[in-house]
Amino acid sequence: MIPLEVHLRARRDGGRKILVPYITGGVEHWQDAVRAAVANGADAIEIGIPFSDPVMDGPVIQRASREALLRGATLHLILDGVRSLDVGVPLVVMCYYNTVFRAGHERFARMLSSAGVSGAIVPDLPLEESAEWCVTADAADVATVMLAAPTAPDERLPRIAARSRGFVYAVGLLGVTGERETLSASATAIAGRVKGVTDLPVLVGVGISDARQAGQACAVADGVIQGASVMRRLLDEGVESVGNYVAQVREAIDE
Amino acid sequence: MTALADPSAEGRFGEFGGQFVPETLVPACQELERAFHEAWNDPDFRNELGRLQREYAGRPSILTECHNLGRQLGIRLILKREDLNHTGSHKINNVLGQALLAKRMGKKRFIAETGAGQHGVASATAAALLGLQCKVYMGAVDVERQALNVFRMRLLGAEVEAAQSGSRTLKDAVNEAMRDWVASVEHSYYCIGSVMGPHPYPFIVRQFQSVIGEEARVQVRELTGADPDVVTACVGGGSNAMGIFSGFVDTRARLVGVEPAGGAAVGRGVPGVVHGMKSYLMQDEEGQVQEAHSISAGLDYPGVGPEHSYLASIGRAEYPSVTDEEVIAGFHYLCRTEGIIPALECAHVVAWISREAPNMQGATVLMNLSGRGDKDVAQMMQILGPTLGEANV
Repeated sequence: MIPLEVHLRARRDGGRKILVPYITGGVEHWQDAVRAAVANGADAIEIGIPFSDPVMDGPVIQRASREALLRGATLHLILDGVRSLDVGVPLVVMCYYNTVFRAGHERFARMLSSAGVSGAIVPDLPLEESAEWCVTADAADVATVMLAAPTAPDERLPRIAARSRGFVYAVGLLGVTGERETLSASATAIAGRVKGVTDLPVLVGVGISDARQAGQACAVADGVIQGASVMRRLLDEGVESVGNYVAQVREAIDE
Repeated sequence: MTALADPSAEGRFGEFGGQFVPETLVPACQELERAFHEAWNDPDFRNELGRLQREYAGRPSILTECHNLGRQLGIRLILKREDLNHTGSHKINNVLGQALLAKRMGKKRFIAETGAGQHGVASATAAALLGLQCKVYMGAVDVERQALNVFRMRLLGAEVEAAQSGSRTLKDAVNEAMRDWVASVEHSYYCIGSVMGPHPYPFIVRQFQSVIGEEARVQVRELTGADPDVVTACVGGGSNAMGIFSGFVDTRARLVGVEPAGGAAVGRGVPGVVHGMKSYLMQDEEGQVQEAHSISAGLDYPGVGPEHSYLASIGRAEYPSVTDEEVIAGFHYLCRTEGIIPALECAHVVAWISREAPNMQGATVLMNLSGRGDKDVAQMMQILGPTLGEANV
């Protein structure tokens, strides 16, 4: 596996903004979408493990999760698919905690590392509940990316950053994943606050809805995560549209 | 005061509970915990809650001894009549407490999820009384089978939104309510309707429902001169059961929570994490949450409150399940023998008592009749037929 932090730091320190598209594992053509995203300038890929009850997700990713599950997606099948990808950038899974808990911490960490996954984002495992998993993940060289939300008081942010590996995921707004008309002011605000307390790369996700907004967010953040805007294109338009979109975002954040 | 233990500092009952929520909600859960402790220890808050319970909700609720049914079954059967509360169920106990708390915290908007609609109606009621804006999420399937309660909520000024995701029942209503809360946490209060969700909700809701057990303990002693042998209630999330158990956990009474066969989280589940809590959960090998299937919308839930999981794990309470067919028979049985139409949720308990009676001969059984059946009459008319069969024409 490619070490997440080393890889992202190198890109950032080389003057590049970091682009991480999100693809729900198990939907139709998901592996092709990963390849298209990487071919068009993605620096890492976040692979969603579909869950029956995705409380942090809005309509698009809910639909993607449901479609993936209806197609028979399982953790094992997705990790098998990940293993065969070999795209040359780090892969990070996004999964709800019950997936981790049900598999068992040690087994889950082993499954990830043996599939070549570099990191994990677990959006319903906040700081207070994360210690046990993080120790296990650290031991398996799986980077646990912690989230920092706009509601976090100042004293909380350094503790989140200290626990986080790879990068810090700054939550761009109060709300679930999904596209919005404009970039919330909270996106750059939280990115700035987190950057103030850590040298880890700080990426903003949730509510970064198009290339222009990605560019605006990158005025402060080290990079962006693109979820619903990518998945809507994959579900409705197909792989080519994902590639085109990632290229557009790449161009916008490179300016 | 309840004899149940407080959760640990981490919000755990044994290994169960916790606070598995998105980072966005952690400060809100912590703020809620502080606000609840302050309020609960403030005599003014408790006096105001007590006044509303008496003058608005109609507390204390009475006991009714079921002489007919008891004679037939060979037991002494006593009902705690939460069905006679304002809005028709025990849900008002919790909602009045949380609505007062919301006001005290300066929140203007009150979000709730509902299954059968009892918690939604109670929330809409308290919001109307206390001047809060109310939004209720209800699974689309439940909106259809509990149309009357939907209209009640709207009459009371609440906005009702049908949750279209997943199984479109209570589980999905909780998901939608949590998604709303993630977006609106700065000015909204999420009023969870059962002893579930992230810490501190299971604890808060239990405390607000403990009034059931406190009253019942005194009332049963007055009536019978002793504590009951069995204390029983239905369990979906489990708030009415936790309410009545709280008065008897330190007695020798057998505590029995009755689950629907199609939603038996304790009976058929394994520990899992959803809706902010670690608890028994119906799920598959991959950790995907399974859909519950129950005749009663209020129990159509694949999880259960974490304190129930704890009580089950230490063997203090037991959680048998009954089938929909047994529930229909139980529903009918209580109507005919005692002149009381129970909520379908409570008909689960009647069903279990009827089945278990041969093993409880001579025992005093206290049942929490947590809601009345008006909301279920239309559904039962469909199931039983409007003439209840020719013999009754």
